Amino acid sequence: MKYSIFSLLKQARRSQQDWPMAWRNPEPKKSYDVIIIGGGGHGLATAFYLAKNHGIRNVAVLEKGWLGGGNTGRNTTIVRSNYMPDENAHLYEWSLKLWHQLSQELNYNVMFSPRGVLNLAHTEGQRDQLFRRGNRMRLNGIDAEWMTREDIARFVPHLDCSDQTRFPIIGGLMQRRGGTARHDAVAWGFARAASALGVDIFQNCEVTGIRQASNRVTELHTSKGVFRADKVGIAVAGNSSRVAQMAGLTLPIETHVLQAFVSEPLKPVIDTVVTYGAGHFYISQSDKGEMVMGGDLDFYPSYGQKGNLPIVEEAVAAGMQMFPMLSRVRMMRQWGGVMDMSMDGSPIISKTPLDNLYLNAGWCYGGFKATPGSGWLFAHTIAHDAPHEFNKGHSLERFKTGRVIDDKGAGPTPQWH
Amino acid sequence: MQLFKCPFCGLRDQTEFTHVREADDMPALTGGQDAWYHYVYDRQNPRGTHAEWWHHHFGCRQMLLIRRDTLTHEVTSVTAARQLAGTT
Repeated sequence: MKYSIFSLLKQARRSQQDWPMAWRNPEPKKSYDVIIIGGGGHGLATAFYLAKNHGIRNVAVLEKGWLGGGNTGRNTTIVRSNYMPDENAHLYEWSLKLWHQLSQELNYNVMFSPRGVLNLAHTEGQRDQLFRRGNRMRLNGIDAEWMTREDIARFVPHLDCSDQTRFPIIGGLMQRRGGTARHDAVAWGFARAASALGVDIFQNCEVTGIRQASNRVTELHTSKGVFRADKVGIAVAGNSSRVAQMAGLTLPIETHVLQAFVSEPLKPVIDTVVTYGAGHFYISQSDKGEMVMGGDLDFYPSYGQKGNLPIVEEAVAAGMQMFPMLSRVRMMRQWGGVMDMSMDGSPIISKTPLDNLYLNAGWCYGGFKATPGSGWLFAHTIAHDAPHEFNKGHSLERFKTGRVIDDKGAGPTPQWH
Repeated sequence: MQLFKCPFCGLRDQTEFTHVREADDMPALTGGQDAWYHYVYDRQNPRGTHAEWWHHHFGCRQMLLIRRDTLTHEVTSVTAARQLAGTT
């Protein structure tokens, strides 16, 4: 059923009792053309674009828990493409373009709100660095604009732009086309659209073993029995190392926990996304009024989807530097997601040493914003057995060949990216 | 909050320590490019018991081998690197 004002009115006459399920609950088939392991945003988007762009509809998505219950539902929903290296600029910009039309494409309101993303500078060195970033973005056709302290004070009135703070703001780099979206709706929208095109989605279906013969994946053993497919894609960020290990691969990835928090709902005060430059902190306000905040990783490998108080303290301290009025706001919820931290801070969308196995992993802090672009490019890579122009640099071999995509220049130290 | 029992300083907060890397064997200098590639870039990254190098950064500044569960954060053992090297 297409969602529209007419279907809404029609259902209103039936007391909203007659809505069909958003996606089917199918019985497993004997074999599939493609199986995607992981029913988060990236996996579901991959299945959707396989069906839509490449006509491959005999596809299954296997999810160990519930759809979008991993990192898709555990982030701060920020969408942007303010990257310096060409490879990442192209990938995330393609994703941002898809975001701008995603609700129409899926016939599902993902509540994408291009409210702008503002990165603050507090020192002259930082200002020069952001100029450089902005210039490189513009050379790649991405919007970037410099805002002075006066511009910022008008644009974000509650931000402390005075000289009284420990690290006074001197300006900031703004990407107006960036913004936020509703994370759950992204998973549900892709699932519904993919299911309508024939994709079979299985929840509570955990892959427990990957059998292979003559350099090909032959069978996937799961909690719902054995699945077979011509091609298999892995999109399980946070657990990539574990799933890849079932296929005998060791990945250049460490798993780290990243926390986020929301406050009690407030009236509208911040209508953009602001990131702190003198520490690591980012904040926006959800449509429900909650302040959505995030900061650093916990800086040690962890699969525990729970955080630790020292990072909470550090993050909210940065928040209060920026917005002193937050001091009396009560925190409502806090959560942790487990990230694939890669060795250069950039993702992997790649073929693997196995002929029919493909890998989508290593999203570090930046997976949510990439959801549509990642799925689009991963679907292309699987369908053509070769990467697209936009993800050919994001190969698994780049660490060996030395062509790493290291925006921060931190080297093979995953926690510092 | 994880607590680590430093052999030199006693039980201390995790915030005093910096995680360095997975503790696996460093190849010989003549070990060849493949061995070094795996050492520098690849990680076992298990969900469960894990041996890691940590630095007691804001304490005695000693390198420590910590065995820890990456899911439950339970600490099994903390050993000084110099003790392992037999140079205590």
